[in-house]
Amino acid sequence: MKTVNKNFEHIKGWGIDNVPDDEPNYPMKHNTGADHNRIHWNRPELQEETVEILKSTERPGNSAVFGTVAPPKGLSGILRRYAYKHSENKYRHWLPLLLADRIDVLEGTLSDLMKGRVPNPIAERGWGAIWKHKPSLLVRKILVRLSVFAAIGTFFVYKAKKSNS
Amino acid sequence: MLAMNYRGPFRVRADEKPYPKIEHPEDAIVRVTRSCICGSDLHIYHGMVPDTRVGTTFGHEFIGVVEEIGSEVHKLKVGDHVIVPFNISCGKCAFCKQELYGNCHESNSEATAVGGIYGYSHTAGGYDGGQAEYVRVPYANVGPTIIPPGMDLDDAVLLTDVVPTGYQAAEMGGIKTGDTVVVFGAGPIGIMAAKCCWLFGAGRVIIIDNVEYRLEFAKNYSQCEAYNFDEMGDPVQFLKEATDWLGADVCIDAVGCEASGNAMQTITGRKAMVQAGSATALHWAINSVKKGGIVSIVGVYGPTDNLVPIGNVVNKGITVRANQASVKRLLPRLIEHVQAGRLNPKGLITHRIPLEDVADAYRIFSDKLDNCIKTVLIPPTAKAQFS
Repeated sequence: MKTVNKNFEHIKGWGIDNVPDDEPNYPMKHNTGADHNRIHWNRPELQEETVEILKSTERPGNSAVFGTVAPPKGLSGILRRYAYKHSENKYRHWLPLLLADRIDVLEGTLSDLMKGRVPNPIAERGWGAIWKHKPSLLVRKILVRLSVFAAIGTFFVYKAKKSNS
Repeated sequence: MLAMNYRGPFRVRADEKPYPKIEHPEDAIVRVTRSCICGSDLHIYHGMVPDTRVGTTFGHEFIGVVEEIGSEVHKLKVGDHVIVPFNISCGKCAFCKQELYGNCHESNSEATAVGGIYGYSHTAGGYDGGQAEYVRVPYANVGPTIIPPGMDLDDAVLLTDVVPTGYQAAEMGGIKTGDTVVVFGAGPIGIMAAKCCWLFGAGRVIIIDNVEYRLEFAKNYSQCEAYNFDEMGDPVQFLKEATDWLGADVCIDAVGCEASGNAMQTITGRKAMVQAGSATALHWAINSVKKGGIVSIVGVYGPTDNLVPIGNVVNKGITVRANQASVKRLLPRLIEHVQAGRLNPKGLITHRIPLEDVADAYRIFSDKLDNCIKTVLIPPTAKAQFS
């Protein structure tokens, strides 16, 4: 071990995981050669597919275990099914997924309303916490939003007036 | 049961959801006693991770009591109180066999680049997470580890991600005795990484951020130097000067895709999302490390592309090491460190918030309100038992 011209007594455990004979030590992979057997390992029992699961095109089928929450549905689901026809290597996979996520938000709000539940965006956004801890930040957020709405509104009013004249 | 319910970017609430089911013989159902909000949860909370579906429950940092087990679960019994690693790993695939438990190939149908992670979008497998009263835990023979007697639950919950990820960040740095290590990001992971660098014999540890209260916290908790990049003009120039003009031996990116500090990266990565997040911290890490140095990445990025100076990686002969933490591999050693008092995970916790107030909890963490470092959510069922 090299001598370091400093005193580290105040740091409990200093150097305890340093292996001087093995510097630099970064034991990242316990190499057993298992990956040379490719995909032919002894697979766990396969989970039954009870809901629609979208699968990466970069694997032959489902993983042995998978999540089953929020299966694809609605317009966002159509986009997600399209996305999963393309590999993880393609923007055609990721960009439709981002778009689907945004559409899903609208569908979620609609679903709430259809169940008779009016979402409370102020509570869901935790604005109460901002008001409690940093009211100036909340005021700024509100002003920014109002400015954006005002700018958009002004633009359309101006455009309407121009087309009328 | 009560669970966090994602409704869209910056919108979450606590809702009643169905009790989870055993869906595979190796599943367990765990009653959550503590769960955390992770810095990487903010990426999905902010809508930056593709295939994050409305109605899902986040939370990959949690501990809890086993309530139910599948027919093939032999290593756990009902009533065990367990640490659940954030990565879902089968223990049988080629990667798990080689202790790459964060890269399991049998836990995520939706993507091959990432293994299954609790409550982290369908890109990470489509599992509900632990910000709930109950959660389904697949491969219960493999990941969950019984909490040692006497261990504080607040320490235990941080062993699911924060401590292993911080430790692995330092480990991947290949720190040699006396090395100078620069950690970008004074969030919980960066603070823990800075602390762990000492265990590997670092001679100097520097942490860089622009949130003053976090820098102050890091300076005390991690016993390191802490600097505000807003006050230094060019952080790379500053770090070169601070390291005798050669650069740091090791740089750690503990920020990931929501870094600030560079307008072009912020606009293209965080606002327009034409790259997979803002890569400012990684950019600085590559340019601040010495020739032949090591850049260790634990910050989370999206699945597409990022703008980084890859030419400098080549010209400087930099080694880049990165991975999701292999929690199961690291847990035995980290439990020793906690029990010996070398690491004090619960010292990171600044906020304990009821699950019912999950929307406020996310906002406090996301906006860095009330000097927040780390937030723990406590479900009603746990509160009943532990209050």
